[in-house]
Amino acid sequence: MMLLQQEKRDWPSLSFTFTTGLATFLIVAILVIILGNLAWNGAGQLSLQFIFGGTKEGMFDAAHAGIFHMIFGTVALVILMTIGVVPIGVITAIYLTEYARETGFVTRMIRSAINNLAGVPSIVFGLFGLGFFVQFVGGGIDNLFHNGQLRYGKPALIWAAATMAVLTLPVMIVAAEEALRAVPKGLREASLALGATKLETIGKIVLPEAMSGVLTGAILAVGRGAGEVAPIMFTGAAYYLAHLPTHPTDQFMHLGYHVFVLSTQSPDVERTRPILFGTALVLLALTFLLNLAAILVRARIRAQSRLGHT
Amino acid sequence: MSNPIIQIRGLNFWYGCKQALFDVNADIAPHQVTAFIGPSGCGKSTLLRCFNRMNDLIEHTRLDGRITLHGQDIYVPEVDMIELRKRIGMVFQKSNPFPKSIFDNVAYGLRIQGIKQKPELTERVELSLRKAALWDEVKDRLHESALQLSGGQQQRLCIARAIAVEPKILLMDEPCSALDPTATARIEELIQDLKQDYTIVIVTHNMQQAARVSDYSAFFYLGGLIEFDTTQKMFTNPANKQTEDYITGRFG
Repeated sequence: MMLLQQEKRDWPSLSFTFTTGLATFLIVAILVIILGNLAWNGAGQLSLQFIFGGTKEGMFDAAHAGIFHMIFGTVALVILMTIGVVPIGVITAIYLTEYARETGFVTRMIRSAINNLAGVPSIVFGLFGLGFFVQFVGGGIDNLFHNGQLRYGKPALIWAAATMAVLTLPVMIVAAEEALRAVPKGLREASLALGATKLETIGKIVLPEAMSGVLTGAILAVGRGAGEVAPIMFTGAAYYLAHLPTHPTDQFMHLGYHVFVLSTQSPDVERTRPILFGTALVLLALTFLLNLAAILVRARIRAQSRLGHT
Repeated sequence: MSNPIIQIRGLNFWYGCKQALFDVNADIAPHQVTAFIGPSGCGKSTLLRCFNRMNDLIEHTRLDGRITLHGQDIYVPEVDMIELRKRIGMVFQKSNPFPKSIFDNVAYGLRIQGIKQKPELTERVELSLRKAALWDEVKDRLHESALQLSGGQQQRLCIARAIAVEPKILLMDEPCSALDPTATARIEELIQDLKQDYTIVIVTHNMQQAARVSDYSAFFYLGGLIEFDTTQKMFTNPANKQTEDYITGRFG
């Protein structure tokens, strides 16, 4: 009997290994090219003045442009969006996992609604935000409380954040639902068997245990939201503002929207190009930093829940 | 049997369309250990989970017949489930300590009941851990995570957690099936001690365990209660042929 075969190659296996390896390599290569291109062309633009400078030094002039307003607006938008999307997403996920009947008609309807929501193009969310948040909600507030004076019924930071929250809601719900489902049934039973109500069980056992998964959902939502431009074009992002927003009803500037503005509205494309690369690079870095911050918070919470606390 | 603490009368139980228990009648004696034995899927765990209404958590289940605790039907709508589960504690097959500290695990049920004062909590946590024969092993690390304990210690912690709220009855659903022989022996010893204060109903796959720890044994087969008698009688002189075959290891 021969255990060691010689001169006989398993060609189908080899070619499959090669194909899958090639596909992986392509993905990595594309990523490296994009990042490398941005870093190569954008790094030269980075300076303290560029990052912390205001808009008034000239928007389209590489030597004087500053993007601090856009950085501020992007961060404010993401934070407000997170404040909106996390509670609603978690509460929905709690309903779906803990209260709704698994096979019920209503549950199936909600699930398919969430899936459909995830598939809606982001520009449609922008139009929805304009129609619903800006005109209906904002305009309604103005009519009811401000005698029709224009305060809320115009594009604003909060409406952009609300629109973005709706856009990222499906991601948040699905992640929170998975986190809640991952909590062992035994823990729920143990709590209920001790005489705890369902609400106490969810509040004291299930949610704390699911918290790091919920934060993963928030991270995904931030990742999705930070780079989107279409939903905020009609709901709050401004082409140019001389001042930082000071109130949620102010408009704001946004890195992603600024990239769009720079690439379509510039009077001199060649002179604007370094700012364009620099802005894109900063947007990428900012998204990365926001994710990193959320990951660090999650790691802390994980470490705490391992220990237990009195 | 005089003064049974739990009475089961004409109990039928269904999971969806599948009937799991058929016309079960039995009395559980107070301050005794009653063992439910029988092959897998015979309905013994189902019956145990009927006592504290844990089956209510499963969708599409149906129950028919009566279970009374101290003569009071526990399946009438007016029953306070929270109160019921305080009186009937449960220890599960797979030890399931909360991902909290040892202290917080035992204090959980007490806090739920609204006991907030630290001295009282501390005292009752210690008492429960002592009763569960775990105090000496954990007294110096009460605020460390319960998940660091060994499997046997975790199961005793679950027992401490269950008795902290001072139930009358302790339900144990195969509490030793995931433990090694040493840990099993400790739990069995503990069951003997706990008998003074609690009525214990234990589901077990292990014949020797039933023979060692229980005063009464109930043999279930295919959803029916085949034989129910003192453990002494059942293991020496079973009345039913099926019981004898199962106990002597001819099937199961």
